[in-house]
Amino acid sequence: MLGTSLLGCVAGVIGCLAVLRRRSLTGDMVSHAAMPGLCLAFLVAYRWKVDRSSSTYFFLMMTGAAVTGLVGSALVSFLCRWTRTRQDAAIGIVLSTFFGAFVVLLSYITDLPGAHVAGIDQYIFGQAATILSADIWLIGGAMLVSFTLLCLFYKELKTYSFDAGFAKSLGWPTFFIDLGTMGALCLVTVAGLPLVGILMAGMIIIPCAAARFWTHRFGPLLVASGVIGAATGVCATAVSANYLVDWFGFDPLAFGYNTKALPTGPVIILCGAAIFLFSVLLAPRRGVIARLLSVVRLRSRIATENLLRTLYELGERQLPDRPSHSTDTIENHRSWNRGQLGWAMRRASWTGLVRQGEDGLQLTLPGLERAVAVTRIHRLWELFLISGASIAPDHVDRDADSIEHVLTSEIVEQLEAELARTGRLPSAEVAMPQSPHDVQSPLKATEGVGTTTADITT
Amino acid sequence: MIAADNQQDSKREGMRANVAEPEATVSAWRSWRRWLLLISLAVIAFAYVRWFQTLDTRQQQALITVTLVAALTNVACGLMGCFLLLRRMSLMGDALAHSVLPGLVIAFIFAGSLHIGYMFAGALVAGLATAFLSETLNRRGGVPADAALGVVFVSLFALGVVLIKRYTGGAVHLDFDCVFNGALDHVGIQGASNITIAGYALPRPLVSIVPVLGLNLAVITLFWKELKLTSFDPALGTSMGFRAGVLHYFLMGLVALTTVASFEAAGSILVVAMLIVPAATANLLTDRLRSMLWVAAGLSVLTAVVGCWLARVTMVNTAGMIAVTSGVFYGVAVLFSPRYGVVSVVVRNVGISARIVREDILAMLYRLEELATQQRLGARQVVQAVGGGPLANWGLWSLLRRGRVTRSDSGLQLTDVGRQRASQLVRSHRLWEAYLVEHLGLPLDHVHDPAERLEHFTDERLREQIVADLPDAEFDPHGRDIPGANQ
Repeated sequence: MLGTSLLGCVAGVIGCLAVLRRRSLTGDMVSHAAMPGLCLAFLVAYRWKVDRSSSTYFFLMMTGAAVTGLVGSALVSFLCRWTRTRQDAAIGIVLSTFFGAFVVLLSYITDLPGAHVAGIDQYIFGQAATILSADIWLIGGAMLVSFTLLCLFYKELKTYSFDAGFAKSLGWPTFFIDLGTMGALCLVTVAGLPLVGILMAGMIIIPCAAARFWTHRFGPLLVASGVIGAATGVCATAVSANYLVDWFGFDPLAFGYNTKALPTGPVIILCGAAIFLFSVLLAPRRGVIARLLSVVRLRSRIATENLLRTLYELGERQLPDRPSHSTDTIENHRSWNRGQLGWAMRRASWTGLVRQGEDGLQLTLPGLERAVAVTRIHRLWELFLISGASIAPDHVDRDADSIEHVLTSEIVEQLEAELARTGRLPSAEVAMPQSPHDVQSPLKATEGVGTTTADITT
Repeated sequence: MIAADNQQDSKREGMRANVAEPEATVSAWRSWRRWLLLISLAVIAFAYVRWFQTLDTRQQQALITVTLVAALTNVACGLMGCFLLLRRMSLMGDALAHSVLPGLVIAFIFAGSLHIGYMFAGALVAGLATAFLSETLNRRGGVPADAALGVVFVSLFALGVVLIKRYTGGAVHLDFDCVFNGALDHVGIQGASNITIAGYALPRPLVSIVPVLGLNLAVITLFWKELKLTSFDPALGTSMGFRAGVLHYFLMGLVALTTVASFEAAGSILVVAMLIVPAATANLLTDRLRSMLWVAAGLSVLTAVVGCWLARVTMVNTAGMIAVTSGVFYGVAVLFSPRYGVVSVVVRNVGISARIVREDILAMLYRLEELATQQRLGARQVVQAVGGGPLANWGLWSLLRRGRVTRSDSGLQLTDVGRQRASQLVRSHRLWEAYLVEHLGLPLDHVHDPAERLEHFTDERLREQIVADLPDAEFDPHGRDIPGANQ
């Protein structure tokens, strides 16, 4: 558990740098390219008869993996720099060719007398059960080194991650920053092989992608990514070591299946995927549910404000009386359907802005106040459109309709000042400018009932 | 208008001819390389046939079956790979190859059999889901495109592995071996995996790949112009009324089908090699889509044949060997591709540098003769004057060898051929100087350097045009004679 959570943490943090630089799949490439190195190291160990359980064997394997992994990423850089092959294709080519070499070597090793592929098999998908303390030391060391470097070069890495061109123009050795980042990525990937295997790419990408939903600042992103990575490790260990059985008294996930038999890597990745899904759905502000909620909230505010303005306009000439209006009158005043209207009416009466009597809908006092404010903004914007944008008075209603809900109070003040300066606002004391056009519904207007047409040419 | 275009074209042709023609190094290198390619292919074919004859009949049959399956699979993948590569979606191939696994396993769990139809359906759904999910994450969630792809396919692959372990413990053909190694080695040997059609027992991978290859070919032929257009300029395609989005998902579905058809033969990860590598190799060798597809198909066949051969000789995994072979071919193309190869580019640049050094030597000797002194430069002085180094030595040596310059006791001397060539160089130089002063108004002390560079890329036609544009082509702005055209 210590091993997986440490690994998750460091992979999450380093992964952020890769993801931000659009290099996510480099991790995938390295983890595949490291595989033939394992085989070569195995052959060396076979030749010199190194004991399978010794730490010498472990470090031999790690060195082999690191060497071919680094060769792979160097090849990708070379192909991108010197040939017309683009980065994605270069990654794919190196990945698949190296993995082909791995398969070839593996089948060669299988045929060797006395050799058993068990020494390599565990690295394909990882097996936490066989993890050595040496591996934890390796991961811890990788973590220490990379975190120290990260703290030392925090500012440089931040700048480089978001604006490589700017970093270069400052005269920084971007090539070496890039090299360092990729080197750290290789190191972490190789260190994770015994635990996660070739799925290390997921360990690198998923925490950062999940953290992106929680924050969009660099520092918090690194921290969140590290925490998510560590949490992934903890969850995966809990699942695969059957801790859940102890906690719940039954096995909620595996339905009687012995999860210990599963390789660790896929379990870790699936835990990461679950956390990612959780983040996608539940993250504040960027999560799916939060976005849906905010859309719903905005829609209902718009509906309420439309209702209030309708009531105000219908009863404007009887002020300060607040007459009641039937649902039909209200419905005919605007082009909206009965469902929207009913919803808006229920919401408004629930919040105490209108009162529903037997003869129809009536504004309450707080409702009148809101309605005055809303209508005022609407008409101010109409006046502005007529004077500032030279739009015909009978065209301004729709435009104002869509923007009145999102105008902030500063803009409204500016608008007032501007209109008062150019003399378009009838008087600074007038709380409510007259509507520049017929406020009757278009249906009624055709019948010639319009009465409040304003003289806008003055 | 057309006449002007033609004139410009022919001028450009002339410039290019002049770059390549004078010493004919580059074109010689090209034809030499073409012969090398043909000869090495012939040697490979000869060795292959000789080796093939040493096998007994049953081995031969097995090998032919394996090679046939591998070649067909490789061609089907390679053709699709070309479009993936051009659309910069190579990693989509990687992702699809991984993420069809859970589709296969779920289809197997539900259907309870390994029937090809269920497998195709499962893979198709999984493939389209991958494309859709990653695009949605990218567009709506603001996750970078490659990270979105990575999240989706790694998670799906992990899901597939867990499902395999959990539910299909003893299933035939759907185990780790198949996922990674591919079952190509068993194709020729095992009778159990054969499907009988019309009385012939055909290997299963062959039955699944042939229709898919046919489908790929049909789609490429039928939708040739749509695919071509949207591969190079999706925006133009959309504006002309082709639905680029629809075509995108269509292509993704096709790649998923191809992947699953090749899955059994090649294993999930080595499919990537079959998809991307021949296409990338062809991309280095040619610039036209049609020839790129042909080259990719040819390379796929060659790779399959050589891969199967090497795997058989060294007794290792066939699919892995094919991947390695295609990687090696790609490496050869990276180094020696005529136009984009790293070595070719270096050779070409060195060739141009050497030509410029040679021409500098000729022009220098000519100017010395012009001064009408009896002084002659020695070889060492000449080499020093054009910058020294091995390139200058080599340039002088090749001038001597080609009879442009002779060596006498007093020093180096131009031959008649060399003098003719040198006079044209100096003529170019001085014409350019005059032109730059006359038409661009450059001061006198600024015209030497541009003229020095331009003289190496100026042919007779261009010289004539400059002469036509100058009021007086007798003297350059420094007052020196401009040598005549036919001296």
